[in-house]
Amino acid sequence: MSEAEFEGIVESRWSGGASPFAINSKKLGMWLFIVSDSLTFSALLISYAYVRLETPNWPRPFEIWPAIAKSSFMTFVLLSSSLTMVLGVNAAFKGDRKKTVRYLIATIIFGIAFVLIHATEWVTLFGEGVTPWGNPWGVPLFGGTFFGLTGLHMLHVTIGVAYLAIIAWGFGKGKYTAEHVEVSGLYWHFVDLVWMFIFPMVYLLSVNPK
Amino acid sequence: MSSHAHTGHAVVVEPSGFIRKYIFSIDHKVIGIQYFLLALTAVCVGIVLSLLMRFHLVYPGAHLPLVSGGIMTPEQYLALVTMHGTIMVFFVLTTAPQGGFGNYFLPIQIGAPDMAFPRLNMLSFWVTFLAFVAIIAAFVVPGGAPISGWTGYTPLSGMGEVTGPGEGMGQTLWIVSISLFCLASLLGALNFIATTIDLRAPGMTLFRMPLTVWGWFVTAILGLLAFGVLLAGGILLLLDRSAGTSFFLPAGLVVNDQLQPHSGGSPLLWQHLFWFFGHPEVYIAILPGMGVASHVLSTFSRKPVFGYRAMAMALCAIGFLGFMVWGHHMFLSGMSPYSGFAFSVLTMSIGVPSAIKTFNWIGTLWGGKIQFKSPMLFALGFVSLFVSGGLSGLFLAQPAVDNMLHATYYVVAHFHLVMGVAAIFGIFSATYFWFPKMFGRMMSEPLAKIHFWFTFVGAYCIFMPMHFVGLAGGIRRYADATGTTYAGVLQPVHMFMTYAAFITGAAQLIFLFNFFWSLKHGAIAGKNPWNATTLEWITDSPPPIDNFGGDYPSVYRGPYEFSVPGYRQDFIPQNLTPEQAALLK
Repeated sequence: MSEAEFEGIVESRWSGGASPFAINSKKLGMWLFIVSDSLTFSALLISYAYVRLETPNWPRPFEIWPAIAKSSFMTFVLLSSSLTMVLGVNAAFKGDRKKTVRYLIATIIFGIAFVLIHATEWVTLFGEGVTPWGNPWGVPLFGGTFFGLTGLHMLHVTIGVAYLAIIAWGFGKGKYTAEHVEVSGLYWHFVDLVWMFIFPMVYLLSVNPK
Repeated sequence: MSSHAHTGHAVVVEPSGFIRKYIFSIDHKVIGIQYFLLALTAVCVGIVLSLLMRFHLVYPGAHLPLVSGGIMTPEQYLALVTMHGTIMVFFVLTTAPQGGFGNYFLPIQIGAPDMAFPRLNMLSFWVTFLAFVAIIAAFVVPGGAPISGWTGYTPLSGMGEVTGPGEGMGQTLWIVSISLFCLASLLGALNFIATTIDLRAPGMTLFRMPLTVWGWFVTAILGLLAFGVLLAGGILLLLDRSAGTSFFLPAGLVVNDQLQPHSGGSPLLWQHLFWFFGHPEVYIAILPGMGVASHVLSTFSRKPVFGYRAMAMALCAIGFLGFMVWGHHMFLSGMSPYSGFAFSVLTMSIGVPSAIKTFNWIGTLWGGKIQFKSPMLFALGFVSLFVSGGLSGLFLAQPAVDNMLHATYYVVAHFHLVMGVAAIFGIFSATYFWFPKMFGRMMSEPLAKIHFWFTFVGAYCIFMPMHFVGLAGGIRRYADATGTTYAGVLQPVHMFMTYAAFITGAAQLIFLFNFFWSLKHGAIAGKNPWNATTLEWITDSPPPIDNFGGDYPSVYRGPYEFSVPGYRQDFIPQNLTPEQAALLK
């Protein structure tokens, strides 16, 4: 493609009167939100890396059984929810309302399951004396980073569950379009993707070496 | 003309109730005015705080009526420093140019009926309002306002009441306020970006956008990327204070003879997170002003902007480089000389796009038929202050020089001129320029000119001597330096600055009077009082609810077609078709 041709395409797409990306503004807005939110999570993950690298005796307390098994199962649940979300978006664009709502409900159930399993994990850790301000292994920040990162992520999942519930309800009633479902899917996949960073960085890097 | 491009916005009905129309409005114009009035309230508070500081610096032993105990304590002085900085940076310099004028004029200048997400826009404003309520509340809670500066440096800000009055509830409210502000601003930024990308009128290519729109667009991108990071910092700081974590608090801290129960954290981490946001933030404050200055200089020189594309690209370059230089705020905090060198070179490289802008502003003026109207005076003032304040930035960008000057008034003088007063001049220019469009009436020109000369001369009288106080070793943040010989001899200079500050502060009453008087009694403005070219001037003053009365414009030319040879009229509006324009030959 010559430079003139390229400029011609850019000019025509960006010459106003329509979205240059040929998508609706809601979708663009969600992408922009994801950019911003990923910076928030990046800042938290970088802070975690920063304090962890500064601390020579960072604890690695997670045993393969049950901690890592449990978090792997949580990962599996969250990935499954992404699969049902994809199927839901697909059904929505095919115009199958009933199927869409069913897939969305499945996604919501997986999401709630993730939060519940996560909550039991938190309760177990509290029982072992792991809190944001202390733990049996001596580096208090271990608990701070753990609960900070997973807590913010859990908040995102919880908001996502509520968001999907509204979308499922509205789509079932015919209030929302397939685009609404797709945009909510973007958010859901993003929350999933964040977990794909948290799981290795917080759990797998802290497996007990023994 | 075509309105097909704006499906989904086809019918805009004016809401009837007072609350939907003026309080919880989703009309970007009402929201813009709400942001502007919020900033106006905030700036009044901010100025009063700064005058109290100036007063205390020259009369440290004076009895003040509202201060408990009569004489201001050092902690109370630091609370003034903190609240002045926070209110001015967040609720004035960020709120007025972007939230206020950006909200009002970005959609109109690109020919759109509203922002892309009107409801989100309303949410952004009201969350900003909540943030403002939270920061003001910090004055009245037990212990009073926080004392850790607008940068909220840890460990001071992370430990609670033990580190001083104001570090209890006041500091917590500060963090809550800033976090809310981050949330509101990143939602607002997202809205601005989506609007600029998606809602431009047919024919409004990127390089036909007014430079004001470029300014708001680049600012929004900075906001989207920067506020998310400060939000993360705010969350961690809040955890440190309320959940007992130690992200920013190292082991072995002893405060008031008590060993603090923290370990493992790093105060430097907070500085990195804060300044990764904080440096882009200064461009968030100044870029809209640069857009306004370019726009106004062109309009009142009756000449196109010199090097329009270079101006747009320079805005982008400044925005891009703005993310790479946060370390220059931390030269004193301890840093590898290699990082210091890299940050130093990158910082000085911002001088290149800044010089391009200044050169082009002068190029725009060169040979123009200059009309010294009040918006023009303030735009010229903007250029002057930006250059005066910017030059000292090149000195401070060098670690060796900065190490000597960083804790002195030199830095205070530098950033007040370049981002504080210059940005305020941008806001004033925008106010005088767009007031006729927003309210349908002209502001008084003689009063505006008196206001300009007092403010312009006053600003230099306050901040130019401050450089010399800094060079002579006057340390900033000290509540009372009269006791030392080396700083005590600087008191006469401080006295001069304080008098200048009070006179300049009083001169702002002229502006307030002019603003509110003109709302009712100004001359009727008409559609296009300045003979300007961009789309906001083809619609009524004030614009109808859908901005163009259903007749959405198409765009056929660039934004600054002034004094085109061969035409009888010295301006050609952007929406004139070639045939319509030919009639003006």
